Parts: sequence; C-alpha cells; structure tokens
Amino acid sequence: MILAKDVGKRFGGATGVLAIENISLDVAEGEFVSLLGPSGCGKSTFLRCLAGLEQTTSGSLLIAGKPVDGPPDRLGMAFQRDALLDWYNVLDNVLLPADFVGARKRDFEPRARELLKMAGIDGFAGAYPRALSGGMRQRVAMCRSLLLDPRLLLMDEPFGALDALTRDQLNVDLYRLWQRQKMTVIFVTHSISEAIFLSSRVLVFSPRPGNLVEDIRIDLPADRKLAVRDSEAFSKYARHVRGRFESMGLLHD
Amino acid sequence: MTELSRSQSIAKAVGRKALPLIGGASFLVLWEVFCRLYEVRPVLLPPPSMILDELTASPLWFAEQTLYTVTITVVGFLVAAVFGVLFAVVITEWKLLDRLLFPLFVALNSVPKVALAPLCIIWFGTGAEPKIAIAFLIAVFAVVIDTVLGLRSVPPDTIDLARSLRGSRWKVLTRIKLYCALPHLFAGLKVAMSLALVGAIVGEFVSSQRGLGYVILSAQGMFDTPRVFAALSILALVGVCLIEAVTIAERLALPWHYSAEGRSTH
Repeated sequence: MILAKDVGKRFGGATGVLAIENISLDVAEGEFVSLLGPSGCGKSTFLRCLAGLEQTTSGSLLIAGKPVDGPPDRLGMAFQRDALLDWYNVLDNVLLPADFVGARKRDFEPRARELLKMAGIDGFAGAYPRALSGGMRQRVAMCRSLLLDPRLLLMDEPFGALDALTRDQLNVDLYRLWQRQKMTVIFVTHSISEAIFLSSRVLVFSPRPGNLVEDIRIDLPADRKLAVRDSEAFSKYARHVRGRFESMGLLHD
Repeated sequence: MTELSRSQSIAKAVGRKALPLIGGASFLVLWEVFCRLYEVRPVLLPPPSMILDELTASPLWFAEQTLYTVTITVVGFLVAAVFGVLFAVVITEWKLLDRLLFPLFVALNSVPKVALAPLCIIWFGTGAEPKIAIAFLIAVFAVVIDTVLGLRSVPPDTIDLARSLRGSRWKVLTRIKLYCALPHLFAGLKVAMSLALVGAIVGEFVSSQRGLGYVILSAQGMFDTPRVFAALSILALVGVCLIEAVTIAERLALPWHYSAEGRSTH
C-alpha cells in the first residue's frame, strides 16, 4: 500500500530545517501503523507527505504503486483539531466529502446516518458542532473521514486534545471500526499506550531530524479490550518503547 | 428557586433594555431644563419640545424626505455590498488580479470621496443616481477590506481538510471560504451602512431638492434651527434602525453563531 524509500523533507530551501530524513518503510494493505515519537520529531510532517499536502524533498514515496503528487485516491483524514465546519450541522459535516467529489448528498445520507449510529451520535445529526463536546466532535470528524470508504486513513493525533476517559473510549471505537473495515490506517501519536493498544505495528521516531529507529510488530489478541493494557505482554511492549525513549535521552527518572 | 431565578433574569433583561432608554430620556430632560433655565435662543439651541413641535407640524413632509434619503442609502449600500463582495472574491481567488488591482483600489480610496461628489453630478446629473454613486463610493471600501480579511481567515486545518478532499476551487469558495468570511463581512456591512448614510447626505448637500440633507441645508439658509434639529434627530433614528436591520440580517444568516443550543462545552 505504502512504499517509502529514503524519504526526506526539508523546509525552506537547501539551508532550511530538515524535518525528516531517510525514512524507508513498507506498509501492507490493511495494517494499522502508529507513528510514535516526541513532539516536533517530524511524524506529522511524514503524514502530511503521505497525504500529498507536503512535497517530499528527497527519496521516493509510492501509494498503491503511484508516486504521491497530491492527495491520493480514496483518502480519509482526521486532524488534531477536528476541523469541523461550524456552519454545517453534524449530518452535513459528515456528508462534506461526498459534496466535494461532486456526488449527490442525498445518495450518501443513509451511509452517513449509519456511521453516526455506529459512533453513537445519531441523535445529534441536526446539531451544530458548537453544541457538541470535544469527544463528540472528534467522532463526527471520524465519521466524515470514513464516509467514502477510504482505503487509506491518515490520522494526525486525533485524540490529542481529549480528556483521558474520552480518549480511551475513542480508542476502543476506532479499533472496532478498523477491525470491521480493515482499511490501512496511519496514526500519529505521542502516547505509548495508545499506539500499542491500537496498532498492528508501531514505528518509533527519533527527535528531529525525524528518523525511524524501530519497527515493532504488536502481537496482541485481535479482539482487544481496554483490559489488554494490564496484561504482561502489553507492559512488555510499553517497557520496551519507554526504554527506547530513555536511550534517546527523551525520558529520564 | 428556579421560579425566582427566572423572574430575576427577566428583570435583568428588562433592565438591560431599559437602561439605554433611561439614559436617553434623562439627556433630553436635562437639555430641556437647560434651554428653559438659561433662556437659550432657539436659533442657537432649540429645546427638545420645540423640535418635537416642528416634527409634528408636518409629519408627512418629513416622512417623504426621510423615505427619499433612506432609499438612496439602502440602494447605495446594496450596490456596495454586492460589488464589494464580488471584488473581494476576485482578488482573493486570483493573485495576479490582487497585485494588479488592490494597490489601485487603495489609492482610489485615499481620495476623499466627498471631493468626488461634484464629479458625480457632472456624470450622473441631479437625480437620485449621483447620490447613490456617492453612497456607494463611500461604503464599498469597508465591505471589500473586511470581506478580504474574512476570506483569508480560514483555519489551516480546514484548508488541509479541503485539500485532502480534493475539492474544486468553487466548492472550497462556496462551502468554506464564504462562510468563514460571513462574520467579518457583517462587521464590514455595519460600517458600510452608516457610511452609505453619510454618502447620501453629502450627495443631497451638493445638489438636491429633496431628502433630509436638503432639509438641513435649506433650513440652515433660513436660520430655522428647530427644523435642522428635527432632520438631525430623524437621521439619528434612521441610522440606528438601519444598523439594527443589518444586525438582524446577521442573526438570520449565521444561525450557527447564535443557535439556542448554546456555546461549546469543551
């Protein structure tokens, strides 16, 4: 699905800031991959390169066999701040991708309502985003990114601004969704437990210039519940990643 | 408890509405007392009661003049709103036109528009058109500046969203940018409305046989100060009403801003 070879991105010309460097990776269709690293390590930049929102400055980046030169086909995207449009109600926000590709909104309304129901917010279809809590807004944003059945879902710290409880719930919901749809997900986060809980693979980034330091395959039961975080296997992964951050000098007791 | 708090909040709302009225009324009373106490000559400062007499002596005639001025103001305002928004969209959508036209526009705006009034008479004659043209010229700048500001105020995340959805420029403009611009646009429209009224009066000063500007000018010629004040008080009232009309339009056009469901809770 994604094939990156020595991808680099430098902002502001040849003497500018090097955000990421020599990133090579291969993501198969249907994987859930987390990009985990400290703030400012370039993981979001890499995600934006994948989305075609930024141009890479070195290396090659292929999505579904095609070089990225703009947002790829069947892309879904979720942002840290949910990027809901205040002037549309929840249903129209979810229907926005259909409107943008020139489809008739009415044709997608059943799908939109189904997604809202799955996210447990079908009672708010007519409400404006301002009336919703942060967690509900992010659910709406998730429904919007799923409307056109994306093959690739790019998520840039979507739960970063939420409280811990809401965040846990949305983790569970997202995991269920992914299990059902099996699209490829690239998920940027700086939470170790969130990354391990959700992913089939965790890619650990070094501080700027961002580079891949480890590629960890997560072998936890496919049917994950929040309790999995108390299991021995989960703590082993968490300890391992924390050890990685300690050795990079990002964490110390 | 809730009953009590409700009656309290009603009392508060009434107080909020009533306070400005109380302020206005006491101002008028003081004015009246001042004029009578010091026996100010009406040609300098007529008391409010005399102004009221003036108004009630020929209400239909005043209404006719007011209607003329209001029509010119509103038409000038509408033309300014339409062309202002169109111009703002054009220069924000096409960078080349922005560089080509915007400096020229700013330069034209720095010419005092009042000074253009005689020119408008030459071009458009002495009917309603030159007054509308002046109202338009004075009002349009505020609309353009605020709309451009609004069209450029789209948050970065929203721009990324639009790009990732591969929306056409038309969709981005009509689904996102124009909505983002609306609050700014209405701020500009409120300024434009009061400026259009200024323009209408200036136009009537320069050449007119009708309208409140003409009333003021001709009454001044005859030292009929109560009549000048009568026209001025109508103007003040008209100004408030026109701005209020824009505010009501704003509430209707931005239901998500003023929705009864309340503000965000996060």
